[in-house]
Amino acid sequence: MPTPQLATFTLGGVHPPGHKDLSCTVPIEALPLPELLTIPLLQHFGAPADPVVAAKQVVAEGDLLGAAPKGLGAPVHAPVAGTVKRVTTVPHPVLGKVRGVLLEPDPAAAPRAYAPLDWESRTPQELLARIREAGVVGMGGAGFPTHVKLSPPPDLTVDTLLINGVECESYVTADHRVMLERSADLVAGVRMLLRVLGLERKGRAVIGIENNKPDAIEAVGRAIAADPAVARDGLDMSVLPLAVKYPQGSEKQLIEAATGRRVPAGALPAHVGCVVQNVGTAVAVYEACGLGRNLTHRVVTLTGRGVARPANLLCPVGTPLSVLVEHVGGLSDAAVKVVQGGPMMGFALADLSYTVTKQSNGFLFLTREETDLSDFGPCIRCGRCLAACPMGLMPNEISIYMERERFEGTDRFGLWDCFECGSCAFVCPAKRPLVQFIRVAKLKLRQKG
Amino acid sequence: MDILMNSVLVLFGLGLVTSVVLSVASVVLRVEEDPRVEAVAEALPGANCGGCGFAGCDSYAAAVVNDPKVGPDKCVACNAETAAQIGVLTGKAVCAGEPQVSFRRCVKTEGKVKKKFAYQGVTSCAAAARLQNGPDACRFSCLGFGDCMRACPFDAMFLHDDLVWIIAEKCTSCGVCVRTCPHDILEIIPQAARVQVYCSSQDKGKAVKDVCEAGCIACGMCVKKCPAGAVSERNGRIYIDHAKCIEYGPSCEEVCAEKCPRSILRRMQLGAQKAEEAA
Repeated sequence: MPTPQLATFTLGGVHPPGHKDLSCTVPIEALPLPELLTIPLLQHFGAPADPVVAAKQVVAEGDLLGAAPKGLGAPVHAPVAGTVKRVTTVPHPVLGKVRGVLLEPDPAAAPRAYAPLDWESRTPQELLARIREAGVVGMGGAGFPTHVKLSPPPDLTVDTLLINGVECESYVTADHRVMLERSADLVAGVRMLLRVLGLERKGRAVIGIENNKPDAIEAVGRAIAADPAVARDGLDMSVLPLAVKYPQGSEKQLIEAATGRRVPAGALPAHVGCVVQNVGTAVAVYEACGLGRNLTHRVVTLTGRGVARPANLLCPVGTPLSVLVEHVGGLSDAAVKVVQGGPMMGFALADLSYTVTKQSNGFLFLTREETDLSDFGPCIRCGRCLAACPMGLMPNEISIYMERERFEGTDRFGLWDCFECGSCAFVCPAKRPLVQFIRVAKLKLRQKG
Repeated sequence: MDILMNSVLVLFGLGLVTSVVLSVASVVLRVEEDPRVEAVAEALPGANCGGCGFAGCDSYAAAVVNDPKVGPDKCVACNAETAAQIGVLTGKAVCAGEPQVSFRRCVKTEGKVKKKFAYQGVTSCAAAARLQNGPDACRFSCLGFGDCMRACPFDAMFLHDDLVWIIAEKCTSCGVCVRTCPHDILEIIPQAARVQVYCSSQDKGKAVKDVCEAGCIACGMCVKKCPAGAVSERNGRIYIDHAKCIEYGPSCEEVCAEKCPRSILRRMQLGAQKAEEAA
């Protein structure tokens, strides 16, 4: 009997080299307490949190540092007990500077003990409120506030909760390790998410994992079978192995791969009955609702051939990158480029003063062999970017328009549907920075209003 | 033969019908246009720079003819002669405006501002500024990729030595460059300005000194010393009220520039001339 074809999305997509072997077998390791935490108040999509602490104030672990802003945003909490040194501006990888809190941890303070809570007697509204208070945001990298994603417009019917364990970016293995080591917590988190969405009786949860992580597929499958509540409540929860293709971890691509439904341009996943959450987010939801713990720590992959000992570290948010690097034995001389996130969608960092946030799933330290520092040339109109684009857009035309400073014409080529996955730039033989062209085009059009 | 005749007749008939329709329409749907609007538009430079505050030369021409409140001297790209011409056409009085010029508030080469990282990618200030505020160690530097130069409708800017320079004779102070600069370091000032701050940093003193040998630390000495009260500080950046400064006159002997501990508030020299000598 032939092996059945694994599901994936249809349009475009690329196969960048994985490089996950560097760190995928290294167990998650807790980072020793750093001497100073630099905690940005913007660790999510939306507006920065409003600081509620002042200099010299003593805070306990889990205390509020920044309250959720009006509108879109999430609160920020103290990862450890300590003293606030200052509320000041701190480095931010995209905005340059953003408001933040310098927190001096108290090494004598005992870590707070979290007792399991009786979450099963809570209503969906109470769980949702708890998720919002705990500052849970999308852990896949974008940091979109989770409570907003869990409140789809009431006129739309959701029947499927998709859990994103794809981790399609090369190098990064944070989600992979979380699925292996915290599979029971993941399943508990998925049960809570089903409760919040009201899908316990009539919906299903599908955990999508690419089949380059067979151990994770097995571990999560085993955890579902081992959780007595799944069978007791008759929950429809399953693991779906997916064929390896980038960018499958993108919301719209994962929905198509897992359910065959296509999200129209400008529409929400809820329009096709889906809500997508990252595996890391599901574990954070478990910690928030099941243990009463606010989101203050995350697993970060430190990898690349420029780092002495690739590792998956559990660190408090606000840990400076320099502390992480020191912990894994420093950088090799060959390291030439530091990237936050994966090589496809991450952004290069100028120095090691940047810190771990709820959004940072990994930091790459790349050597000259792993990067391409050559300059780009003119578009040769080969059309490879058209074939690679998972959204069916025309990056070539957008880049040519931008080179001619004609940004008004770029929206005809689907500019606003681009989610900047980088597949076009990855395949471009002229090495054109197509995503950067698109980002500048978006910026210019937004400025124009 | 039939086919030939048929097609000739059909085309002839179509032509006849359309010509009748068009000639009727040209009479019935005629739009009365003020000939003065066309005359004014003719007199304007046609660069559509937007310096007048209208969408382009045509919309300004329409406004100046039809709206009694719009003055004939709003076009920053026109000389006094053209303004007078528009005044005659519209019957409005011209009040001569102070000639202005765009000014770059950055001397990063003089201040030996280092690069934070090697930038690679789209050669545009807007693109570079999106990456941690650009490759320069100072986040208020002239990035030197020339977005303003390419946006300038009057070809009044050029790149030299990693900085943009303004050719005062060509600059019409339309302000397109000011709106283009992602670091907001260009300012429109009177050509007769006596002094100017050659830096636009909003950072605190130490942060500036760390990255630039020349930069303004906003110590406030100039604010204190100015006898005309023409110098002020806003968001860590020093601004000069040039109207007040010029009105006060030279009796203060530019005490602000004299006392500036960083020598960054200076007597004005229009930058481009200096660069042209260098180039």
